[in-house]
Amino acid sequence: MCGGAQFSGSRRSKIPFLTGSIQKPISAGGSVSDPLFGAMLQSIIDGAPDKAAELAQQALAKGVDPLEAVNLGFAVGITFAGEQFGCGEMFLPDLLASAEAMKAALKILEPEMLKRGSERKGRGKIVLGTARGDIHDIGKNLVATILSASGFQIFDLGTSVTPEQFVAKAKEVDADIVGVSALLTTTMAGQKAVIEALDRNGLRPRVKAIIGGAAVTSKWAAEIGADGYSRNAIDALELAKNLMSKVVGKVTRKDMNKGTALA
Amino acid sequence: MRPRIQLLSPELIGRILREAFELLMSPGVRVGSAAVELLQSAGVEVGAAVRVASNDRVARIPERLVRQCLASAPPDFYLYNRQGEKAVHYGGDDVHFDPGSCCVQMLDPDTLDARPSETRDLVRIVQVTETLPQFAAQSTAVICSDAVVNGNQAPSAIGDLYRLFVVLQHSDKPVVTGSFSAAGLQGMIDLLAADSGSPDKLRQQPRAVFDVCPSPPLNWSEFGSHNLLDLARAGVPAEIVSMPLAGGTAPVTLAGSVTQHAAETLAGITLHQLAGPGSPIVWGGAPAIFDMRTGGAPMGAVETAMLNMACAEVGKHLGLPTHGYLVATDSKLVDAQAGAESARSATLGALAGINMISGAGMLESLACFSVEKLVIDAESIASAYRLARGIEVSSDEVRSDKARGEKVPRETLATAMFAQIGLSGEFLKLKETRALFRQEQHLPSPVIDRSARGSEPASDVFTRARSRVDELVSKYRKPSLSEDVLRKFQAIVDREADRAGLEGTESGNNVGAAQAAK
Repeated sequence: MCGGAQFSGSRRSKIPFLTGSIQKPISAGGSVSDPLFGAMLQSIIDGAPDKAAELAQQALAKGVDPLEAVNLGFAVGITFAGEQFGCGEMFLPDLLASAEAMKAALKILEPEMLKRGSERKGRGKIVLGTARGDIHDIGKNLVATILSASGFQIFDLGTSVTPEQFVAKAKEVDADIVGVSALLTTTMAGQKAVIEALDRNGLRPRVKAIIGGAAVTSKWAAEIGADGYSRNAIDALELAKNLMSKVVGKVTRKDMNKGTALA
Repeated sequence: MRPRIQLLSPELIGRILREAFELLMSPGVRVGSAAVELLQSAGVEVGAAVRVASNDRVARIPERLVRQCLASAPPDFYLYNRQGEKAVHYGGDDVHFDPGSCCVQMLDPDTLDARPSETRDLVRIVQVTETLPQFAAQSTAVICSDAVVNGNQAPSAIGDLYRLFVVLQHSDKPVVTGSFSAAGLQGMIDLLAADSGSPDKLRQQPRAVFDVCPSPPLNWSEFGSHNLLDLARAGVPAEIVSMPLAGGTAPVTLAGSVTQHAAETLAGITLHQLAGPGSPIVWGGAPAIFDMRTGGAPMGAVETAMLNMACAEVGKHLGLPTHGYLVATDSKLVDAQAGAESARSATLGALAGINMISGAGMLESLACFSVEKLVIDAESIASAYRLARGIEVSSDEVRSDKARGEKVPRETLATAMFAQIGLSGEFLKLKETRALFRQEQHLPSPVIDRSARGSEPASDVFTRARSRVDELVSKYRKPSLSEDVLRKFQAIVDREADRAGLEGTESGNNVGAAQAAK
């Protein structure tokens, strides 16, 4: 998806969706050319939470199905933002602003979706934190923001989290994934400890364990038996989505397909 | 005239310091419990934090107290080699380089892949560093993943001590090092004291400086403050390595990050000097920009070099010894990017007059070390030194060719030489040429290719660097330490390994106890 859109540093790009340069959402129904949906996705690309919230209100006032507003409007914007980030056309501050805008829209739409029983399916519950002894949380926070903007429910335990705290939270919220971040080579052992604690408590393989951090490598992930690792927040989203498709007995394939328009 | 680069006007330095002092009062600085009592007894208000975890303590440090502590910090000091000679001058505009630290990965020159670093890698780095005059000091460059104490895998908690143990056995040069934990520092100080002969001797003629890091933004964590206080009390030099990441963990503007760096470093100096007035302390740092694509810290970026230069300028303005983190690259290979980024920042660091510049040999934004890169960086450093010496015109001086004891007059720039040879062009024959070319030119090692193309295919710099490493290692001679000192070293390492092993069990029990209490 790189190179199609004009996105040279400025966030004020034209909406590629409407000009046909990005794929149309697969969800049926609704008019994709509706200018309201166009404005919605643009508000996400622009990283404008106030605008996104306002458009979400408008959609509700007009009687637009909130799930459709997400699938045909806002989520298209966040998908586009993710792709542009992957291409190196958008940057972390842009992506965070898009994620914040997405959250603002979801905050307004979600109560209505809940009311209609049409809440988004296929997203999982993820417990996040940094390894014991590690206070560096910038990467973990990025992952939390990106994942939550993409519809995952995030339970952020903060910094220097013990294996026991991870286990307790994973049990409490019936988590699908536990993510442990470690920046320092000295605290990476804490990632192993969490995985061992999840094993000891019989939570795996149902609960997937993922790790990240500057010094973390795929080798380390394999060595400690993690279910995955990612180099950055966008890859973490891909990883989480892939793992959700493997979470047994909680989400069906059908559920996943319903949610594919989301990020 | 010595060439120099300055990035900050006096007015801007004034603004930076004014705002840094403001930050120390609001929002204040997070401090570890070790520092709370010390600060309170100096009249500092230490209270609960706003918008951070509730158990954090926040100190509001008034400018008056900081100024008082700045006044007791020495403007300069020396590091000594094993022979007791002054080897590094921390102060003024003197420039020194040491290899970067502390990597866990080593670039394998055969596979070009990174693998966990081992003792043999650290030894090789130390051997090469020992033979190269470009490096005034050693660093505890890499973790030894294979460390063995008493036949057992060494606890990772003593990885810091073990590195120093290896370096001290293989080097006479001063060492830039650091501890990984509050508990680990004492063993390292003991090791250095055993090397010096006594704790007093170590205090009088310190062989090492310890990096101590605050966590951005404005957080002197338990570990950091603990180390700072212990070093001050031991009288062993400390180097504050504040590392704001502009845009990530610090203001996005370079000036804003320099301000945060100043505030963190001023807070550190205050803690340090309250604990040990007059103890040597360095205005150091490893500031970098925050990469907006990768979320990493690009050490090879020109803005990262600019931050290091600017931070050092503030330190110089305050009359303190300085340190920076340069000569590193973000490339994963020893390639053109590695060469360009490292040479550029070596040059800039030298022109900024930073007293100690760490980072040579490092790849991948400080994640991986290459000893081949180290010898290439040594060439960049030599060139940077040459540049920093400037164009010397000493018309009224008599320079002597030390090797031959011959006096060479330099009353004129060129006319005296032309008076001897006229228009013949025979400059190579002039005694001035022979006497002075070694001063005028840096003569690179064969790592730098200046030869004409021959019948052999041209070699690349990495190939030449590999040969150079082998050559330097073969030249290296291990220092001879007395049996007594070696026995003391081993006893300290054994003791610390036992302690760390025990602590590992204890902390496990503590976690269990904490869980049970819930």
